[in-house]
Amino acid sequence: MIPATAAMQRPPDAKLLVVDASAHVTHYSQADFPTLVGASDLVVANDAATLPASLFGEHVATGRPIEMRLAGRRSLLPDDITRFTAVAFGAGDYRTPTEQRPAPPAFDVGDTLQLGPLRAVVVNVIGHPRLIEIEFQHSIADIWAGIARHGRPIQYAYVPQPLAIWDSWTRIANLPVAFEAPSATFILDWRVIAAIRARGARFATITHAAGISSTGDSDLDALLPLDEPYFIPESTASLVAETRRRGGRIIAIGTTVVRALEDAASYDGEVRPGMSMATLRVGRLTRLRVVDALVTGQHEPNTSHYELLRAFQDDEVLDRAIEEANAGGYRTHEFGDSLFVSDARSG
Amino acid sequence: MTEPDITGLRVAVTGGTSGLGLALVRRLLDHGAQVAFVARGRGRVERVQRELPRAHGIVGDVSLKEDIHPIAIQILGTLGGLDVLVNNASSLGPVPLAPLADTECEDLELALATNVVGPFRLTKVLLGSLAASARDRRAPLVVNISSDAAINAYAGWGAYGASKAALHHLSRIWNEELSAEGIRMISIDPGDMDTPLHALAVPDADRSQLKSPDTAAGELVALIAAHIRGSHRVLESAR
Repeated sequence: MIPATAAMQRPPDAKLLVVDASAHVTHYSQADFPTLVGASDLVVANDAATLPASLFGEHVATGRPIEMRLAGRRSLLPDDITRFTAVAFGAGDYRTPTEQRPAPPAFDVGDTLQLGPLRAVVVNVIGHPRLIEIEFQHSIADIWAGIARHGRPIQYAYVPQPLAIWDSWTRIANLPVAFEAPSATFILDWRVIAAIRARGARFATITHAAGISSTGDSDLDALLPLDEPYFIPESTASLVAETRRRGGRIIAIGTTVVRALEDAASYDGEVRPGMSMATLRVGRLTRLRVVDALVTGQHEPNTSHYELLRAFQDDEVLDRAIEEANAGGYRTHEFGDSLFVSDARSG
Repeated sequence: MTEPDITGLRVAVTGGTSGLGLALVRRLLDHGAQVAFVARGRGRVERVQRELPRAHGIVGDVSLKEDIHPIAIQILGTLGGLDVLVNNASSLGPVPLAPLADTECEDLELALATNVVGPFRLTKVLLGSLAASARDRRAPLVVNISSDAAINAYAGWGAYGASKAALHHLSRIWNEELSAEGIRMISIDPGDMDTPLHALAVPDADRSQLKSPDTAAGELVALIAAHIRGSHRVLESAR
């Protein structure tokens, strides 16, 4: 376990690569993030807390060990947690890279899974042998308790130490509905939020059930991101509308915020408050209607996160930014350094 | 006096299976709040849960670091958010009470873990949800249950008094810091009550002289309702 005083999500020397609207690339320290926010801007973050969504147990029919990573649900309603979409792994754990993990047993509808204190039944196999829908056989309270006590944060081989729940808990964490940490949110702490406000800018949140980022199987990865439920508070929808009227920018902290806001505005360009399901895939051909800039981790090409960046800037600019980041020794992926990308058509 | 209106308020109470905590859970439910309660003993949680099926019982020990996030996940999961946190679970320190010179270090540590560090950890983990409540204009509130032993120096109450003094001061400082987020934090002395904790501390007390936990719980609910009403008035006039 990693001491809180050495948390890798908030390294004191974290870097921030900035690609502005005119495609200029500049190096900043992440501590300078508030200085990039203008007085009329609105910063929007995903306040989903992270479920310990990795559940170890056994496939009862074969007695073989499995790891189930919860990856999707139908809504964010507190009592709608009986059914989950989940990605199955065979024996072993995160220390083996996902692409080298042994396959889980073949699942049939009706199979029982014993996941610590939780018993679940396979109700559907969804287009891939490792992507299944499961139904927990417990009361709502016991499901919450079982996940909270038995679950572990989903993690990957590139972080050798086991993650504790607090390693995946952001400062603004609210409803526990994300399956992996909305990692860009680690750029925020209460001092940063105060600094954003001190500049005259506003701060708002959405809640988005961020799904899993990688499964180790290219066919399965191609199905990501799965449809993800999200919630947009009235206060956020009205702040977005007000900011746009005043000519301020909407700065999204994390790709999930882009997905939720753009999905919520897909009808007529106005962000609708309330609960919905993000089915929109943001990519090269997406015309952004709401978000002007995005703060995100470093992502490798051919991932859904990277595809989303292509909505903001041309490939040539993104390639140049990645070269600059590599030359500057930026740490890849979620934990550590970040990228601030403006929409080429804004500003 | 009008009935306190806290219908739909999402409240979590630690130490919710006995004394003030249990009385508070009952009162909050009576007034239409959604309530999650936390306590260490599974048997007691299940018993209270059977008596009060609308409440959400959570087994957990706030003095243990490893229990804090599972408790928070269950509070936020079952209530769908949080407006009021009542840090009520308390440890007396040594039983029977002892002068500080005879207090084992472990007893002092347990009092600090339960009465100061636990509330700090749980509140910190739940701050994001309280800030979200503030953005929804629901006037979030943290109530830390204190004692006159936090202010006055009573011989024999060293571990308890020192830990409650720390909690009291932490509440005052944090309240200052959180005003920008729209979160209020208060520390309340509910008075000497006829509770299991008081019986441990003063076994031969004249119970007829002690306040009933239900009376204290009623006062707390009135205070929470007044805070919600007052905050709404302030919010309305700021519009």
